[in-house]
Amino acid sequence: MAERAAITVIGIGNPQRGDDAAGRLVAQRLRDHSLAGVKIIECNGEATDLVDRLRRAASAIIIDAAAFGAKPGTVRRLDVAAQCVPAGRARSSHGLGLAEAIELTRALGALPLPCLIYLVQGSVWEAGAALSPPVAAAVPRLADLILSETRAMRALSSLAGGSCD
Amino acid sequence: MARSRTIEVGYLARVEGEGALHLSVRSDRVDRAELRIFEPPRFFEALLRGRHYSEAPDITSRICGICPVAYQMSAVHAMEAALGVTAGGQLRALRRLLYCGEWIESHTLHIYLLQAPDFLGAESAIELARTQRAAVERGLQLKKVGNEILRVLGGREVHPINVKVGGFYRVPTPQELKPLAERLDWAEAAARDTVSWVAGFDFPDLSRDYEFVALRHPNEYPMNEGQIVSSRGLDIAVAEYDQHFAEQHVPYTHALQSRLDGRSGYLAGPLARFALNFDRLPADVQQAARAAGVGAVCRNPYQGIIVRALEVLYACIEARRIIAAYERPAEPAVALPAPRPSVGHGATEAPRGLLYHRYELDADGTIAAANIVPPTAQNQASIEEDLREFAGSWLALPDAQLRLRCEAAIRNYDPCISCATHFLRLTVDRGAGDG
Repeated sequence: MAERAAITVIGIGNPQRGDDAAGRLVAQRLRDHSLAGVKIIECNGEATDLVDRLRRAASAIIIDAAAFGAKPGTVRRLDVAAQCVPAGRARSSHGLGLAEAIELTRALGALPLPCLIYLVQGSVWEAGAALSPPVAAAVPRLADLILSETRAMRALSSLAGGSCD
Repeated sequence: MARSRTIEVGYLARVEGEGALHLSVRSDRVDRAELRIFEPPRFFEALLRGRHYSEAPDITSRICGICPVAYQMSAVHAMEAALGVTAGGQLRALRRLLYCGEWIESHTLHIYLLQAPDFLGAESAIELARTQRAAVERGLQLKKVGNEILRVLGGREVHPINVKVGGFYRVPTPQELKPLAERLDWAEAAARDTVSWVAGFDFPDLSRDYEFVALRHPNEYPMNEGQIVSSRGLDIAVAEYDQHFAEQHVPYTHALQSRLDGRSGYLAGPLARFALNFDRLPADVQQAARAAGVGAVCRNPYQGIIVRALEVLYACIEARRIIAAYERPAEPAVALPAPRPSVGHGATEAPRGLLYHRYELDADGTIAAANIVPPTAQNQASIEEDLREFAGSWLALPDAQLRLRCEAAIRNYDPCISCATHFLRLTVDRGAGDG
């Protein structure tokens, strides 16, 4: 297998479906920071594509909009190396969504470590809709959180004698 | 009063869309099987009205994340028919190459991650990855080759943006296609392994006397062009589609069901393409089919997984052939005449079967009317007939197993992302004093 990229940040979503764009918007914000050793990707969340991207990452942070019953704009952090992802009502390609992609990668013994998911509760999903105000407000907050995570990962990697650069 | 047993299914894995199935049982026979599906192409037909014809490929590619090329291809062929132009030569070859990519990625996803678990006693692709890791790895890599073709030719892997009426916005250089050729050498071998793998599955001994419907071309296995033919003698030009195929409302579903010349359901898709075009396959693919235990005609819908694998093999060989013969055309698209009031029809072979488009254009090229008939809608009656015929022998099973059998029978059709069942609510009405 090719050498894994140190830290891969994956923003998932459909840019034309309201709050579903959130993951990609966070990824776009992070690009402005020119983070050394961090690879930033945007994708639509197709499961096999995600599996492929995760397999090529040493550590990963995924950002996606979701519906988990919280107030719109609420952010939830999952450490999927430590816990299985509950499969929900997947909405992406042929019934295979983010949860299936994570678990498939785990079953193949290729899950990055750590592998974090940041979910933001959305409320607007219609085609052509704009971001809802609570999710729009959450995007810069999420970008800051991811920045902190990447710094922490790089610091840990340095302590362990590795290098992210 | 009829008593009914209702099984609520929260999530139907490995099939996409949104739907429900109702079985009505009388005297231990299924007398009605009613499948309710959601059909977004109807929404897109309304969206297309009032837009310029040149927008149709990009708009229709949004209907499905798994078969965007099929929607684009049917759209461009219909528009070119309306305008009276043909994209031939290398432009035609590149379209075929793009379609090969879609067949490879779509079929491989279905074979490995959606349908194989049904035959191998695995609950899901995740469980399969634990028990058959090498096979799943092969499937993922094979699918990726298909995606790569879409990326190189279509501009990106999902919802390609490089296709236009008349050809492409940009055509690749031979050098850009070279890495694909190298990947396809591996893919062809992987596809042969896939055929052998699925041929080893245990298949239920169930078959039906389907009326197969597919395109048929004078000298190639059909993708973009051909007459529409059936195993019961239909042989018509695409423009004659509406004279023979009728869409009808049924009371329990929003989707329209297609009928051919007033007969019962017909079958579109890999089994139909294969049966009607076996003689158009290269000799070594025909040989692989015989070795896999399917002859020139396969009527067992469960063995559709073998036929899909054979079509993946064919698509790899065909893609390699197209790349070897490729010379970059001088222009990426043919010149288009000024629009005029006209009607155009297009039909191509989506991975799951015939996909028909019809457009009416105004004098300025605005779309006045659009009609899109996706393969899953065409197959809906046939899915119900399969369930009516097959499910009778499953009725003694507990609810959960009965549901799984029904789901697997529906999955045989690889229902499209946008056109089929995602949440299958199964209700069984066993009649008075039963159940």
